[in-house]
Amino acid sequence: MRPYRPLAIPASEITPEASYFQRRDILRMAAAGGLALAAPSLAFGTEMLEAKPGGYDPGEELTPEADVTSFNNFYEFGTGKADPAKNSGQFNPRPWTIQVDGMVGKPAEFDLDALMALGLEERIYRMRCVEAWSMVIPWIGFPLASLLDKVEPLGSAKYVAFETVVRPEEMPEQRGVFQPLPWPYVEGLRLDEARHPLTILSMGLYGKTLPNQNGAPVRLVTPWKYGFKGIKSIVRITLTEEQPPSTWNKLAPNEYGFYANVNPEVDHPRWSQATENRVGGGGFFGSNDRPTLMFNGYGNEVASLYDGMDLTVNF
Amino acid sequence: MQLPTLPKRYHAASIWALYALGLLPAAWTFYLGATGQLVGNPVKIFEHLLGEWALRFLILTLTISPIRDLFGVNWVRYRRALGLLAFWYVAMHFLAYIVLDKRLAFDVIVEDIFKRWFITIGMAAFVLLIPLALTSNRWSIRKLGAGWVRLHRLIYPIAAVGALHYCLSVKVIGPEQLIYAGIIAVLIGWRLVRPRFMAMKRGRRPQYGKLAAEIPRTD
Ligand code: HEM
Repeated sequence: MRPYRPLAIPASEITPEASYFQRRDILRMAAAGGLALAAPSLAFGTEMLEAKPGGYDPGEELTPEADVTSFNNFYEFGTGKADPAKNSGQFNPRPWTIQVDGMVGKPAEFDLDALMALGLEERIYRMRCVEAWSMVIPWIGFPLASLLDKVEPLGSAKYVAFETVVRPEEMPEQRGVFQPLPWPYVEGLRLDEARHPLTILSMGLYGKTLPNQNGAPVRLVTPWKYGFKGIKSIVRITLTEEQPPSTWNKLAPNEYGFYANVNPEVDHPRWSQATENRVGGGGFFGSNDRPTLMFNGYGNEVASLYDGMDLTVNF
Repeated sequence: MQLPTLPKRYHAASIWALYALGLLPAAWTFYLGATGQLVGNPVKIFEHLLGEWALRFLILTLTISPIRDLFGVNWVRYRRALGLLAFWYVAMHFLAYIVLDKRLAFDVIVEDIFKRWFITIGMAAFVLLIPLALTSNRWSIRKLGAGWVRLHRLIYPIAAVGALHYCLSVKVIGPEQLIYAGIIAVLIGWRLVRPRFMAMKRGRRPQYGKLAAEIPRTD
């Protein structure tokens, strides 16, 4: 059963995109007036977000929204899976801008309205964490290529570097004596990976704007790579000639590669990647182990990006 | 420091209460997991909880004699229960791993135990705990005499390895791991300075004969 019905209406029938700032004002007015809203329940700080169907659906059962928004890795808010949902209440993702610069013809800043204007679609992707668990998530986002086109990458640009916001006042693990990672969290893709049609910047899930714990307001989604590549709360995107650093790769290069493509044949030194646990529902006995697919099942689309590469070396 | 003492007639009952209380986290979490009330990855949550409680009971086992040395409070009667609880938690942690996590895929389990360092040493600690658990009874103490004391000193390397296993099992070592490892380091370190401390203490006071430190109580 799919409790959430993903979008399947033709794009022509969708009402014109309403700015969600406007929507937020409506919600606020409604709340102030003490009106009972007949809208679907919203996680703290999220709002309805409209999108057209994006045509990606693996046809597997969706991971319940409660699991998608309460079982997260977002070390800025804590290292436990429940920490991001618990500790991200202070985080305020609005207003927000992403600076796009580096080896581009037209460096620019984009605010959320400008990003949404790039055309939001709903896409259902598998998500495979490097820790051997997985989900199926209805994201809302736009192809990263649409954003890159706006800034006109130079011919010499080979890579794309990403950076997460640093806000110690709002992100508890960015202050204090024990900080689990060096900040800012950084990630990178090869330019052809970044331009690949599967690569999106996501601004929402389950029909709503992203909850803080999922990387509000904008995060990367590369469904054929391990989840840690999906950098959250992005403030800067820089095109570079050299391979940019990636936080986990710098921390433990023998455990986390730059590419981090999902690969059941290359184990993490401390656990096997051959199988994965599909998160959500069922408890011990309904819990759902399944074989992990090469490139997380997106091999037809992405395998050619890595032609001739030894994936046990470039893991 | 003078704590109210528990009347002797309640000693046996308090030990059974400790067993019951000690097994509660495992029982309750198993119930939540079996009925689908653990959000996210129920198997891992349960497996981790068992590992953490194993470590906590190892720590508690090691605190009994320093508490007596330092504060004169004798809780040695609870030490066997604490040690056995530690053993049962490690055993349940192991079972959760092979049954719930690895679904009895023995090829994978064997590979894990031999190939993945942190599991190798965890397994070693578990194996070493078995003779301790088997000899945690009056009959063995009497039978083994001084050998019993020597055998049960294995608890120190076991606890140290348990802490190391914990540190190596996580992606980034954080405050939790350091706190557990730190406590265990202090408790083991205490054993090294203890002889000197006790000599000092005795020097200041009349000697009441051999301190019962190493003599296991059987009540
Ligand atoms: C003295 C013995 C042991 C102690 C004290 C212990 C304790 C722990 C602790 C505290 C954790 C981490 C929990 C967390 O991250 O919150 C852990 C993880 C783990 N332990 Fe043990 N353990 C012991 C023995 C074993 C044995 C015998 C095995 C299996 C052969 C084992 C397999 C594992 C595995 C696979 C994990 C990681 C689970 C995961 O996240 O995938 N441990 N252990």
